[in-house]
Amino acid sequence: MPDIEHVLKEHPFFAGLAPAQSKLIAGCARNHLFGAGQYLFHEGEPANEFFVIRHGHVALEIVAPGQAPLVFATLGQGEIVGASWLVPPYRWTFDARAVELTRAIGIDAACLRGKCEADHDLGYEMMKRFLSVLVQRLHATRLQILDIYGKR
Amino acid sequence: MSARPGPFIPQLYRVSRTQRELADTVTLELVPQEGARPAFQPGQFNMLYAFGVGEVAISLSGDPNETKTYVHTVRDVGAVSGAIARLTTGATVGLRGPFGQGWPIAQAEGADMVIVAGGLGLAPLRPAIYQVLSNRRRYGRVVVLVGSRNPQDLLFRHELEQWRQRLDVDIGVTVDHADPEWRGNVGVVPALIPRAPFDPHDAVALVCGPEVMMRFAANALRDAGVAGDRIYLSMERNMKCAIGLCGHCQFGPDFLCKDGPVLRYDRIAAIFAAREI
Repeated sequence: MPDIEHVLKEHPFFAGLAPAQSKLIAGCARNHLFGAGQYLFHEGEPANEFFVIRHGHVALEIVAPGQAPLVFATLGQGEIVGASWLVPPYRWTFDARAVELTRAIGIDAACLRGKCEADHDLGYEMMKRFLSVLVQRLHATRLQILDIYGKR
Repeated sequence: MSARPGPFIPQLYRVSRTQRELADTVTLELVPQEGARPAFQPGQFNMLYAFGVGEVAISLSGDPNETKTYVHTVRDVGAVSGAIARLTTGATVGLRGPFGQGWPIAQAEGADMVIVAGGLGLAPLRPAIYQVLSNRRRYGRVVVLVGSRNPQDLLFRHELEQWRQRLDVDIGVTVDHADPEWRGNVGVVPALIPRAPFDPHDAVALVCGPEVMMRFAANALRDAGVAGDRIYLSMERNMKCAIGLCGHCQFGPDFLCKDGPVLRYDRIAAIFAAREI
């Protein structure tokens, strides 16, 4: 069975990291298994961990009082769940629910933040990778806001 | 032998069947009141004339191998499309066509096919899907990616389910928003492209939907490694004469009714996002 460092190296998000950097990140990682319907986290909770999806799907939801939860994105294999661990106050701003049996690796936020502070090369690598994800999701959100399908 | 009617003369067609697809969208089957209907290529369109209201360009959405009827899927977005969408079985409609350049189905043989549809954009792509699936062995992997506002607005849902049952087609469906009962993808359709199983260096992509969605989809295809000369988009402008005379549908150097509606991406990339075009 591959160890967690190997799994991280194979994950697209961490592809191309220096071996020493992979080792540092793996030192903050642990395996998770979420059953269908189980929540990875809820809005308002401390963002103590972010998740690297190995298998399965995760739905991101927002709940408004008196209304059914609204799913605004689903993430699957090879994707990352959560960026709130990067910026104060380190709290989740949405709920994340496993749509099906989902295997993920959780990266301890305080652990990795500490290593990024101590090793700015690692911090810069992480920032570049997260920024790329965030920009893609910002573009996607813009399209969703435009509500384009009603016009054609 | 009767002469072929001029391109400005509508022929009379009868609505032989209607199918309510969505709250504002209907599929009509039309049969000619005289003679046989002309053949069409997937991606072409007809000009449908609602008597006393006006004429509008509507893409063909049926199977090109079914030779008796024309099938059009119409969304009620204005006076003319609304009048056509409200037609009932037995009604008469004027029809000119088919017009325009279609999808490069034959030229793409041997390649992977990536078909990307947004909203009602699935309708002009459906004839292409029929044609590819009826000649399935001539193509590599076939991927159909569909985006919709929400699960309720998903067009041809039953057919998507049928295609999904096939082992030789990958169907990806995503919606912008959903309630927790929806077990599929949520997000925009270009986001499905990096996850889709195809060889970007040996793929031909057909894209149809709102223009902004096509811009993002074309970008995602380019990012995935698909060359610009292997991406085809169905463009829509104000088609009027449908034969490249009046200029209402001019898009840069092209008249979309005659040179399009299907255009190769590299041909229009420089002006695709220009507001003034």
